[in-house]
Amino acid sequence: MTGAATKHMALAVCTGCDIGRCIDTDQLIDATGQAFQGITCIKHGSLCSPDGQAGLRRTVMEKKVDRLAVAACSPRVMTSAFEVDGLLVERVNLREQLAWVMEPGHEDTRMCAEDQVAMALSKLDAIRTNDPYIPDPVSSDILVVGGGITGLTSALEGARAGYRVHLVERSDRLGGYAGRIHKLLPENLDSASLKEPDLYKLVSEVTGHPGVEIHLETGIRSISGEPGNFEVVIENSQVSTLHIGAVVAATGWKPYAPDKLAALGYGSGRVKTLEEFEQYVQEEQLPNRIMFILCAGSRDEDHLAYCSTFCCGAALKQALYVREKNPGAEVYIVYRDIRTPGFQEGFYKMVQADDAIFMTRGVVEKVDDQGDSVAVTVSQSLLDDLVTIHADMVVLATGMVPNTTTDLQLQYRLGKGLPELEYNFSDSHFICFPYETRRTGIYAAGTVRAPMDMEMSREDGAGAMMKAIQSIECVKRGEAVHPRSGDTTWTELYMERCTDCKRCTEECPFGSYDETEKGTPLPNPARCRRCGICVGSCPERVIGFADFNINSVSAMIKAVSMPDEFEEKPRILVFVCENDAYPALDAAGMNRLKFNPFIRIIPVRCLGSINKVWVSDALSHGYDGILQIGCKPGDNYQCHFIQGSELNEKRGENLQETLETMMLEPERIRTRFVEITDHHGIMAIINEYMEEIDLIGPNPFKSM
Amino acid sequence: MDNPIFIIGGGISGITAAVELAEAGRQVVLIEKEDYLGGNVSNFNNYFPKLCPPSCGLEINFRRIRSNPRISFYTGSEIQSICGSDGDYRVTINVKPRLINNNCTSCGKCAEACPVERPGIPGGKSVEKAAWIKNGLAFPMKYTIDPDVCKREECGKCLTVCDYDAIQLDAQQAGVELQAHKIIVATGWNLYDPAKIENYRYREEADVVTNLEFEKMLAACTRENQKLSRPSDGRLPLRVAFIQCAGSRDMNHLPYCSAVCCSASVKHALTLEAGYPEIESEIFYIDLRLSGRNEKLLKVTEGKERITLTKGKVGRILPSGKENGVLLEVEDIDNGTKRQELFDLAVLAMGLTPAPVAAGLKENEYGFYVAGQLSGIIPTATCKRPMDVSSSVKDATASAIKAMQG
Repeated sequence: MTGAATKHMALAVCTGCDIGRCIDTDQLIDATGQAFQGITCIKHGSLCSPDGQAGLRRTVMEKKVDRLAVAACSPRVMTSAFEVDGLLVERVNLREQLAWVMEPGHEDTRMCAEDQVAMALSKLDAIRTNDPYIPDPVSSDILVVGGGITGLTSALEGARAGYRVHLVERSDRLGGYAGRIHKLLPENLDSASLKEPDLYKLVSEVTGHPGVEIHLETGIRSISGEPGNFEVVIENSQVSTLHIGAVVAATGWKPYAPDKLAALGYGSGRVKTLEEFEQYVQEEQLPNRIMFILCAGSRDEDHLAYCSTFCCGAALKQALYVREKNPGAEVYIVYRDIRTPGFQEGFYKMVQADDAIFMTRGVVEKVDDQGDSVAVTVSQSLLDDLVTIHADMVVLATGMVPNTTTDLQLQYRLGKGLPELEYNFSDSHFICFPYETRRTGIYAAGTVRAPMDMEMSREDGAGAMMKAIQSIECVKRGEAVHPRSGDTTWTELYMERCTDCKRCTEECPFGSYDETEKGTPLPNPARCRRCGICVGSCPERVIGFADFNINSVSAMIKAVSMPDEFEEKPRILVFVCENDAYPALDAAGMNRLKFNPFIRIIPVRCLGSINKVWVSDALSHGYDGILQIGCKPGDNYQCHFIQGSELNEKRGENLQETLETMMLEPERIRTRFVEITDHHGIMAIINEYMEEIDLIGPNPFKSM
Repeated sequence: MDNPIFIIGGGISGITAAVELAEAGRQVVLIEKEDYLGGNVSNFNNYFPKLCPPSCGLEINFRRIRSNPRISFYTGSEIQSICGSDGDYRVTINVKPRLINNNCTSCGKCAEACPVERPGIPGGKSVEKAAWIKNGLAFPMKYTIDPDVCKREECGKCLTVCDYDAIQLDAQQAGVELQAHKIIVATGWNLYDPAKIENYRYREEADVVTNLEFEKMLAACTRENQKLSRPSDGRLPLRVAFIQCAGSRDMNHLPYCSAVCCSASVKHALTLEAGYPEIESEIFYIDLRLSGRNEKLLKVTEGKERITLTKGKVGRILPSGKENGVLLEVEDIDNGTKRQELFDLAVLAMGLTPAPVAAGLKENEYGFYVAGQLSGIIPTATCKRPMDVSSSVKDATASAIKAMQG
């Protein structure tokens, strides 16, 4: 390669950390100089040292370098040492993935080093920088949907942080379910009496804050646009439009449908749900014998499989209501497990100490309204084999069911609300990133996201507002949010070749693509997480990023010199996802596990970003196998872009047919999954794959 | 321009608060007392309910820290004092002697040459040197020298092999004064001391371990690619007992419930079941507290023959009278009997206590820090109350917005 491009390219080779002991770096520089005529090459014993960095920056300035390959340690270390403003830098991992793990002085190690350097330089030639994408106009206002305890808290926190918040509530009052409770648990256990509800304080702080504009009896007609630039049409007595930067969806919960609990006696006037009893206690006289049945329709495959978290505490509190309002009353509680975690335990002890409250573990077999009382038959109790208790009233501690978020009326091609995951909760399914819903700039909070009590809901609302603010600040800088935080590239499409197949639109986990009236994909770059799944999905290869696109990866693939089949030096292309698989490879290197020298590694943003043209490029270039390693898919997925791994695997199945028509063995293309901590496992995956390829022999197209 | 927001504690909560604030445009300074970021969870084997590795999320957060110029952090550092008031604090931190500086490239030659050993973690590498690195995914990726065991200039072998001027054996403790706009306290938790429960003979029995020790043993197995072995004789424990509420919900020890231990033990039992066809587990509980969607872990245990859930309090661990073996005395609530059972390994599900920090925060009756008492100093996550990882991340995110107010 030669010419104008290479004149401004440079290669810096570090000989430290055993790199210089493992390969002849002079030979590497020579070989690179021949392949890339005109390139500037430098070498240093410790590039990351102050002296090394100074020398590097001097060279960059003197030679007017705009593209630099740094052949040294992993890009995951010494990151800021090699970041230079305005310079495109590509790191070549000659340490963790070469010098520490391959045989020093061996010809195969030399060839690997030369190839990885050539790949980096070819990539540098094919990429460029871009101006960041910033929506115009951009809004820093935040929409909170739902005026219950979560939405109220969210709105107040946002306003206190200096942002303007629009709070939209469907009904005519603020407070939701939390606004209708009778009493609260005492502050501390020294006080025996229950507290008066204090939500009115929160409501008055919100209504009094100049930063919050409240819209009651208001629904959402539509939300369109992208983070930083959402157009929200709301409707009450009139229709108006808000310009919004981010959204917090706090649309709450509803009680589990009690009519499904006929087996527990619901339908009789004497059998009530938690919510019904909460109102009853405020309005009516209480009878003398009340039984609480916990986990009514919860932890039950036939009803709600999950635990609703709040109900044990709520039911015990209601038991205390009874004792307070009717001191002569007796309370019975039948439970499976009492779930009062944390400091609620003290409150449980208080209830246990009450002489008139009887608690037993048990399974309710039958609830029978006998006219003058309700007979509850309990088995597996701690009292006796089968016991029947007659109560005047039965309260079923029913669970919570999340509301849907389709009321957001998102004008997204992929649907009106947030995707509902397990048990219909609009959650992220990430333990470490609970707020990262699949719609950028739109965050779920409170009981719509997960079962929780009032205290947890307040914290959740505050956290979601933080994420909303953050997404706005990131979009104002033209940066992506988690997990590719700080990325300023964005999807660029060459529409001339687009055939409107819409695979990009359907496969994007985040709903970034809408459709024009003609049915052509319409990207919304601020919704994008820069995963590149659309790059991988497009059969016409229309989509790319300035620094990661069809050409840049093809160039890397073709930069590898291909020995002919008689040299018995196979070439395996290994695509590794940068999130879990690449760090696992580095960890293998840190632990000095042995790498096969025939592999050529290309990191990708996600396994889903791999386009099949790269596979055919690789096969026609002579690679004997293409191994793709990424994060685990499935119910407990670890894929940071939700379905990239899964898509790659599915696309692989389609590729098998192509392989068959080309009379190529199915082993030539493989997808494997690995956890980040499994550095032994990732080496086993590679070594097993090499054995598979060994058995089937070289790629028959190799010398063509 | 406001002073930076100061975060005490570099575990999952502190790290989360740091990245969320920095990406929202704020300057952040984070201090961590250990030599590496990650805190307690970075020593875990996996999380419930997904049984996924903590490093997965930590790695993304480390990447976010690496690439964000608004975050600076100090490892090996603790708070000495905080003066000032909301919006204008002066924080003094103690940086412990840093025998390896930022020139370190993690080449590992110092550890190879180092002749001094330090106690390794149970079940991990049996020999760890005074010069060491946490693991292959450590952050920062630098070696460190334990100043308590290093022989310093008397030895100096590491100096002869380091090519990068990274070692300073005469390094001293340093004090640094920083200004802060707000302070987030994310100092996390320690376990309640198992030795305080005399009935469980923690000190006497080699094969009675805490839930945290068991977590580290499993993590070491994953990392070193080796099998679980019990402390006394290194053999595979075929029967493992999990003793829930060990010193929790107990007026003599911790009166409160630590919220996570039931889920953690079920997670351990499922991890063993999946990885070891020979191992049987029994969990002795009072109430099975897997709240919310963690409930499904219980569903997963159904039908697993090698996992038994027994409602019963383990009152005592008795001397077994054998060379190895842990003898449990169980009050079996379902059968209404007291029985004795022999196990190869017993895991005490110990509760969480807040790690102490000198930040002037008010404590509640359980010793946890109370939020909202000092307007500029914000306690978050497990130093406020016991909670799981997802809740800690959520709370840390909530603390971030509070740090942006006023």
